[in-house]
Amino acid sequence: MLTFTIRRLTLAVPTLLFISLVIFLLLELAPGDPMAQMPLTIPPEVREQMRVALGLDQPWPVRFWKWCVQFFWIEPQVLIDHIFGTSFSAGDPRVVSWQTRSPVMDTVIQRMPQTLWVVGVAYVVGILIAIPIGIYSAYRQYSIFDQAGTFVTMVGYSVPPFFTGPLVIMIFAVQMGWFPSLYDTTHKVVDWASFKEQLHQMFLPVMVLATQITAQISRFMRAAMLDNLHQDYVRTARAKGLGETMVVMVHVVRNSMIPVVTVIALGVPSIFGGAIITEQVFKVNGIGQLLITAIQANDLPMVQTLTFIFAVLIVLFNLIADVLYGLLDPRIRYD
Amino acid sequence: MTDKAPAAPLNAGALPDPMPTRPPRSQWQDVWRQFRSHKGAMAGLALFVFIVLGVAIGPWIWSASPTDIPPVVDMIKNRDMRPIYTLLWDSGAKTSWAHPLGTDNLARDNLARLMFGGRVSIAVGLTAMALSILLGTLIGVMAGYVKKLDGPLMRLTDLFLALPLLPLILVASLMFREALAATFGPEGGVFILVVALIGITSWMQTARIVRGDVLALKEREFILAAQSIGTSPRNLILRHLLPNVVSPIMVSATLGIAIAIITESSLSFLGFGFPPDFPTWGRLLNDSVDRMTLYPERVIWPGMLISLTVLSVNYLGDGLRDALDPRIRGR
Repeated sequence: MLTFTIRRLTLAVPTLLFISLVIFLLLELAPGDPMAQMPLTIPPEVREQMRVALGLDQPWPVRFWKWCVQFFWIEPQVLIDHIFGTSFSAGDPRVVSWQTRSPVMDTVIQRMPQTLWVVGVAYVVGILIAIPIGIYSAYRQYSIFDQAGTFVTMVGYSVPPFFTGPLVIMIFAVQMGWFPSLYDTTHKVVDWASFKEQLHQMFLPVMVLATQITAQISRFMRAAMLDNLHQDYVRTARAKGLGETMVVMVHVVRNSMIPVVTVIALGVPSIFGGAIITEQVFKVNGIGQLLITAIQANDLPMVQTLTFIFAVLIVLFNLIADVLYGLLDPRIRYD
Repeated sequence: MTDKAPAAPLNAGALPDPMPTRPPRSQWQDVWRQFRSHKGAMAGLALFVFIVLGVAIGPWIWSASPTDIPPVVDMIKNRDMRPIYTLLWDSGAKTSWAHPLGTDNLARDNLARLMFGGRVSIAVGLTAMALSILLGTLIGVMAGYVKKLDGPLMRLTDLFLALPLLPLILVASLMFREALAATFGPEGGVFILVVALIGITSWMQTARIVRGDVLALKEREFILAAQSIGTSPRNLILRHLLPNVVSPIMVSATLGIAIAIITESSLSFLGFGFPPDFPTWGRLLNDSVDRMTLYPERVIWPGMLISLTVLSVNYLGDGLRDALDPRIRGR
């Protein structure tokens, strides 16, 4: 297993490098001019100097190499400096946003908590709701609960977040007035009251995201349970006199969790992607919102870095899913 | 003296074969019978056909213009009408039978805009699905059939699966907008752009399924037989391989429509899709979100239509999968 993990990790490095090149070349094709937003009164020679200052006068291989060095070599040093108080990275050029002229990673670190709070909580909530639903619908297949559950998950799967978002705002924030419609990102959790306030304002976005997650995962859980419920080992367990709770909750659920856990791992990156829309609806200024504004402002270093972070998440969680699958199911042998 | 026994039937002694009362059924008749027994799928099919016919034929029956803004005086008089059903709880609401679903803030008829938007959304969904299926099948068959191409094409598939697609679609939709708009006009350009982007980013699952099936089929005897009588590779693929992988392709095609419609609406919702004066369901929803407390119907109708279309297509795909593969029935 360890060799497999190491092999996959080493394979992930060229993959990611190649992906970063693909993203870079795609952005390179972009006809947008980062100087387009500057006032027209700027004389051409100053404009040219500004382009040079952004490093736009160099050919793309040089710029790609610079980005790679900055992202893979200097940024980790900055992180180490930040944690241990050393000064490896002093004076080294970092990946700088064209919009704000501040390092991209600083902005990303600022925005990360908002996204993680909303997305992370929604994911956990979604899974916690989905698994019991999946177990029960499979156990009572074709019962009223199963029919209703299947229908509700199908609806949750089909209704896009940009519709459920405004809908829950309309119902719960405007009509009922129970929850705030916007997410206040300046809110700091310092004590119990402010923590409750945070939960309060997170409720709607989390609900929208969790609905989708629940729909997807409970479908999977149900299918996995159905696969296992009719297997011989279940009959054996019943035949030797185990209680029904023991049979279902221990034997069947444990075996059904194997594919579901990998699906959960595989879903993490796509949830970050899906959160782009939810963040836009609830005006959460997280990673997704940062990406949208960066794209609109033609801020190529920011777009490149953020898209690459998404790619890293995808590759990483694919790896985690594979490793988990092997760890949970001893029949799977990769080597 | 001996009365002859009635002439014995030809197969006396053996069990008599029951005479078939119905003509033999083809595979597709069987599939259709199975499909019909899935209530959700039938409801989905009916709803989807209804919505498609509604947006396709509707504009001929309901002839109000979805895009023309009336002259200023009329516009001020007729704008921001509420749907006719608002009268049920608010008798003072500004409504008119001339605009059953009300008008928007520029006095354009909501019903006509919904129909027009639906035409665009469903057209994008169907075309993008077709493109994605075409790409997926092509790459899947090539990878499965040609051994040399298998490795590179599957690495390409893996690469596409590892790319963060939504961000890249957003970036690309801004990048190529101008160029395509210059060639095909603002609406046509965006249509081609959106369809191409969705198609290019959603073929991977189809390709994987098709490749797997082709790899398995290639080892079967009938392919060997076909090869041994000298069938050309082209005919082998078209006549023997493709008909046998058509069922998984059909299932991913139906589910692909749902994905394409959702992606197009998300793009329009984020403001990266069609231009504002060219309504699609996502665009209508996005435009109305700001004033949804005053005019909730302008959010609810497009949202409902997107959701219902996607829901019906998903049920359709579910039923189709059950009908085409009896082993997974009931999941």
